[in-house]
Amino acid sequence: MVDASTSAHGDLTLTNLTKSFGEFVAVDDLDLVIPQGSFFALLGPSGCGKTTTLRMVAGLEEPTSGKISIGKTDITFEKPYKRPVNTVFQNYALFPHLSIYENIAFGLRRRGVKDVDKQVQNALELVELTHLASRKPNQLSGGQQQRIALARAIVNRPALLLLDEPLGALDLKLRRAMQIELKWIQTEVGITFVHVTHDQEEAMTMADTIAVMNEGKIEQMGSPADLYDNPRTSFVANFLGQSNLIKGSIVDSSGGSAVVDIFGTKVGLAQDRNHAHDSSVLLGIRPEKIRIQPAGTAMHGNILEGGVISDASYIGVSTQYQVEMPWGQELMVFEQNDDGTPPLAKGDAVVMSWEPIFTFGLAGDQDATAGSEANPDSE
Amino acid sequence: MSTALLHTGTHEKKAVLKKKKLIPYWLLAPGIIWLIIFFLVPIYQLISTSTQTQGFGIGTYVQTYRFSNFADAISSSRAQLFRSFEYAFLATVFALIISYPLAYAVAFKSGRWKNTLLVLIVAPFFCSFLLRTVAWEQILGEQGLVIKTLRFLHIFSAQDHLTATPFAVVAGLTYNFLPFMTLPLYASLERIDIRMMEASGDLYANAITTFRRVTVPLSMPGVVAGTLLTFIPAAGDYINAELLGNPGTKMIGNVIEARYLAIVDYPGAAALSLILMVTILILVMAYVKRAGTEELV
Repeated sequence: MVDASTSAHGDLTLTNLTKSFGEFVAVDDLDLVIPQGSFFALLGPSGCGKTTTLRMVAGLEEPTSGKISIGKTDITFEKPYKRPVNTVFQNYALFPHLSIYENIAFGLRRRGVKDVDKQVQNALELVELTHLASRKPNQLSGGQQQRIALARAIVNRPALLLLDEPLGALDLKLRRAMQIELKWIQTEVGITFVHVTHDQEEAMTMADTIAVMNEGKIEQMGSPADLYDNPRTSFVANFLGQSNLIKGSIVDSSGGSAVVDIFGTKVGLAQDRNHAHDSSVLLGIRPEKIRIQPAGTAMHGNILEGGVISDASYIGVSTQYQVEMPWGQELMVFEQNDDGTPPLAKGDAVVMSWEPIFTFGLAGDQDATAGSEANPDSE
Repeated sequence: MSTALLHTGTHEKKAVLKKKKLIPYWLLAPGIIWLIIFFLVPIYQLISTSTQTQGFGIGTYVQTYRFSNFADAISSSRAQLFRSFEYAFLATVFALIISYPLAYAVAFKSGRWKNTLLVLIVAPFFCSFLLRTVAWEQILGEQGLVIKTLRFLHIFSAQDHLTATPFAVVAGLTYNFLPFMTLPLYASLERIDIRMMEASGDLYANAITTFRRVTVPLSMPGVVAGTLLTFIPAAGDYINAELLGNPGTKMIGNVIEARYLAIVDYPGAAALSLILMVTILILVMAYVKRAGTEELV
């Protein structure tokens, strides 16, 4: 299929992009390169500047300073209707007075494309809603409207497709199905997708690369696995999934693995996962990576003793424990119910261990709870 | 004993249900009674009067089912009838042209002045319709600033007038019914989701195309309501033609008024009133049907 809309091709590059509303800086000196053909997610809590960034790329908001370009073409101050960019709006913004067919044909007709009918049919086939062509948007379900909004944007073969919380209005089951479908469609059409969401699961399911945004800046960028296994800040560690962050100090960093002292216990931390600037460190470990056994059981790897279960909730696939440590901190442990032993009970003394490779180290001078209040998964 | 209790229980329940069913009718009752006394009875009277003929003495009429009253009424007042629709149509078009940008600005561009502007649009209603039309007579009159300015600029000679012209009548009608056009337009424009315009721009439509293809179609309910609320009362109006016009600008309202109050020809006036009502009804139905099937959401 040919790109009819424009000559602009290539990577989307944001350079020193800033947007302020009065005193408030929504997007703060953002530098970002989104490779052509990738599925890119901008992930962050509400108010982090991700939607403003998207609107600037779409041309609906003018940057205070900085530059936006696609390939070698500067589009910073280009009118929205002249950009090779299409948007799937939050709540879809389908035209209620036009049929589904005319909604999809809208962009093609404005550009004076010749084979409108064929392209609209192709787009309808792509989202498997050919039979709804003559309906009006308000006669469609939320999931169907979502797919029409996608078809209406994709049919124009833009260099860049922007998706603004596209699945936010759908229920959980439909959202899961649409995540898989969106990913499939992106692979099928090969257009660069830039997806804005506050839902970390959505971002991780679909995107090749995720940029975690907080207060107008990018906290960290990388593949979903990279962000999850090797977060660089406590915000990322807490916003993507859940983390146990324990204060410690590095006592020996001479080898490939640093030795960290946490309240008298020595544990190992791989150097490539150590992001502390000095000896003060927040030691991180994901709850599902921790093994838990009754006190006295022999364990290997990094071992923490002296914990007492303060809460145990059985949720079928796993049991979630809160373990109170001698220094007063509560650690989370998610244990798969796969070894036939009955779950441990509240008040049991336990010993915990994990493989040192799962440990990550964050700079010790930051707020250990940053990002957790913004994460809908954590209480 | 227990069955008896149960029995009375269901009985009471039924009574309560019956009462609940009646509530809507009780709520409707004042409106229906009002409608019967002040609409249905007068309409019946009007229809009945329209086929009567002169009895003994002035102002006394007897029912003779003389349907040629209608033909007589049309043949004697055809010019005024057509003029009424012509003036009402012109006033509606002018009101639409003036109101659309105004309503658009109030709905999308007024920011914190929105409420102030809405109050200003409604403000004329604080003064009587008649007084405002008299004021227009003064504004356009021989001593008014408008005519003096026009004469000073030599656009008008001493023989040219503004009052007692068709222009003054149409201008008066346009002015008097302007809020009826602006308010429904504002209401429907204000309801349009701003993202519709953004989506249109995103889909390669420039500002003019967006206005034509998205804004106007989505504001059609307001256009239809506004044009009806302007056209219907304007077609039946006689104050503007009376105060701002001349004998050559008489509208059907003036004829009806004269027949009722000056000539005391009740059947002729009633027949003309009915003709006016039915014509408006037919025009409105044709208009709504056309606008409704094509554009209304």
